[in-house]
Amino acid sequence: MLAYVVRRLWQTVPTLLGVVLLVFFLFTWVGGDPAYLLAGKISNPEQIDNIRRQLGIDQPIYVQLWIFIKQIVSGDFGVSWATNEQVSDIFLTRLGPSLTVLVPLLVVDTLLAIAAAMLVAYLRGSLTDRMVMIGCTVGQSISILVYIIVFQYLLAYRLGWFPVQGWGNSFAENLFTFSLLPIIVGVIVSLAPDTRLYRTFFLDEINQDYVRTARAKGMSETRVIWVHVMRNASIPIITNVMIQLPGLLVGAFLIERFFSIPGIGREVLLAVERSDFPVIKAVTVYVAIATMITNLLADLLYKAVDPRVQLK
Amino acid sequence: MSRAMTTATSHAESPGLWVLAWRRFRHDRVGLVSFDIVLFFVALMAASWTGLIASDWAREVGVSNAPPTFTGPKVASARLEHAAAPEPLRRDKSDESAAVDPLAGVLAEIRASRPPAAADTEIVDPLADVLAEIRGRSGSASADETRAATLIFGGDKWGRDVLKKTIKGTETSMFVGLAAAALAALLGTVFGALAGYYGRWIDDFFNWFYSVFTSIPYLLLILSIAAVLNQKGTMTVILILGLTGWTGIFRLIRAEYMKHKVREYVQAADAIGASHMRRMFVHIFPNVSHVVLVQLSLHVVLFIKSEVVLSFLGFGVGVDTVSWGSMLNEAQTELLLGNWWQLAAATAAMAMLVTAFGLLTDAWRDALDPKLK
Repeated sequence: MLAYVVRRLWQTVPTLLGVVLLVFFLFTWVGGDPAYLLAGKISNPEQIDNIRRQLGIDQPIYVQLWIFIKQIVSGDFGVSWATNEQVSDIFLTRLGPSLTVLVPLLVVDTLLAIAAAMLVAYLRGSLTDRMVMIGCTVGQSISILVYIIVFQYLLAYRLGWFPVQGWGNSFAENLFTFSLLPIIVGVIVSLAPDTRLYRTFFLDEINQDYVRTARAKGMSETRVIWVHVMRNASIPIITNVMIQLPGLLVGAFLIERFFSIPGIGREVLLAVERSDFPVIKAVTVYVAIATMITNLLADLLYKAVDPRVQLK
Repeated sequence: MSRAMTTATSHAESPGLWVLAWRRFRHDRVGLVSFDIVLFFVALMAASWTGLIASDWAREVGVSNAPPTFTGPKVASARLEHAAAPEPLRRDKSDESAAVDPLAGVLAEIRASRPPAAADTEIVDPLADVLAEIRGRSGSASADETRAATLIFGGDKWGRDVLKKTIKGTETSMFVGLAAAALAALLGTVFGALAGYYGRWIDDFFNWFYSVFTSIPYLLLILSIAAVLNQKGTMTVILILGLTGWTGIFRLIRAEYMKHKVREYVQAADAIGASHMRRMFVHIFPNVSHVVLVQLSLHVVLFIKSEVVLSFLGFGVGVDTVSWGSMLNEAQTELLLGNWWQLAAATAAMAMLVTAFGLLTDAWRDALDPKLK
């Protein structure tokens, strides 16, 4: 087990190096000279040279790459070019709001999608199944933007059930006042594709021989469905949920932008608008690391769920 | 006669993959209807691109925020507001006073101050020609500028026809979706073919490339490339989406090539001396092309959705280009004033195309791979 974890971590090194190189290449060669971005309209050669020296971009490429790697390891990406705030501080202060919205969103969405998918998979071919599937297809074809715009307009602006946007100071206020509508919209948007996906997972299992055997032994339907089928279908479901986990760190760009939630997603959008490279670089690299770690965790979880899985 | 029969049967070719698929597809009513809808949108895109329709989408034909015809010119108070506001404006424009000669006062003063003896040498207004031109132009402009109170599907803030705008937006969004999907499919197929066919270190290299790209969340990758490029435009969006979106196709095509390269027909091709390239793209590719087609149409939908989000956020197509994303961006503020028609038009067009494309993909998959369920 430990040997497996160590080997897996060792295997992520080349990938991580690739991510670092990709980000470095993008921001160094494609991005152009940041000194001109920073100096703005009024600039003289002296100023630009100064900025260059500060950022270290007058150095040869390998020195710059080494600076970048040191930044990643130490977690010190310097200050944001736009606000002069420490990049690490930006992360720490923005993570809370993002998680306040996204964790309940992911939990509610997963539970509802599993329940709905199980129901329609059980009633496969019936009118309910077909209506739900048609509803999912049509619902999925509408842009997430439209859901946010319409729900914000109807429920918050017209009916006044929720605040239109904003963020408070206490956790309870944030969760139960400001996060409610964003969570509702998020669940509605992700419920349709997840239900469709989980339905296929359940359908793959529901026709297997072991299900027939369990029924032949006189097991109750609830036990067959929720214990036998559920446990076997849970592996692809875990994969799907784990894929979404690194997204928690990035935040939900659009939802945070529309509802003015001071999370990481909104910060990334602002950084892209202001060409604030240190923030984008840091987010990209750390999220990539988080993705690799969740992939490893997912594999360990498989082992816990399904003893047949061999970790090699 | 019996010999004729045997030659006839021996010459009858067994139907190929695409013929069989077409036969199955013909019986799929949902698939056929979606196919027709997609074809309709493609025709719309082509007609708009060549300028047959909606070439004058930027003309301001209606009053500002003109409501759709079937709702009528809205409530009485709103009508008053709408009808009354542009009226004096128009009169102002056609009025001569709109183009005031800035030198008129000075000239009059000079003329008055001159001694009457010098009256035979006339003072010429240096701006006379320019003013005449301006007056003439504003006169003709206001002559054909009878703005409609309602438009078929309503008008936007500047009074442009929402229907024509939607058609133009369809052109942009669909072109981006199709072109980016083609680029992604090309990259994914070539990379997947090389990795799956050659295996060994080439496979390792492309797998490494794949894991690098997939360890960064899709939207974050797109946004950071948009931040670096820092320029808007249709081509930029196509490049961003195409260069980042090849990973899924790569994975599938690689698996297909690994499966096919050991089959007998490839060994036979090797035996008759076909080169690696020929085996890869002439012999194997037709046998995996159905996977590419299904993935292609799946990615068109994905990229259309991504383009809409990118353009909405302002990282997408240029400011003078209309896409569904930029329409939704305008619609957001319009909705607060109760003007829902631009939102509805863009949403309906997009939902229709995306649903049809999704159902068509399912139908294609069923027809091309009957073993799958």
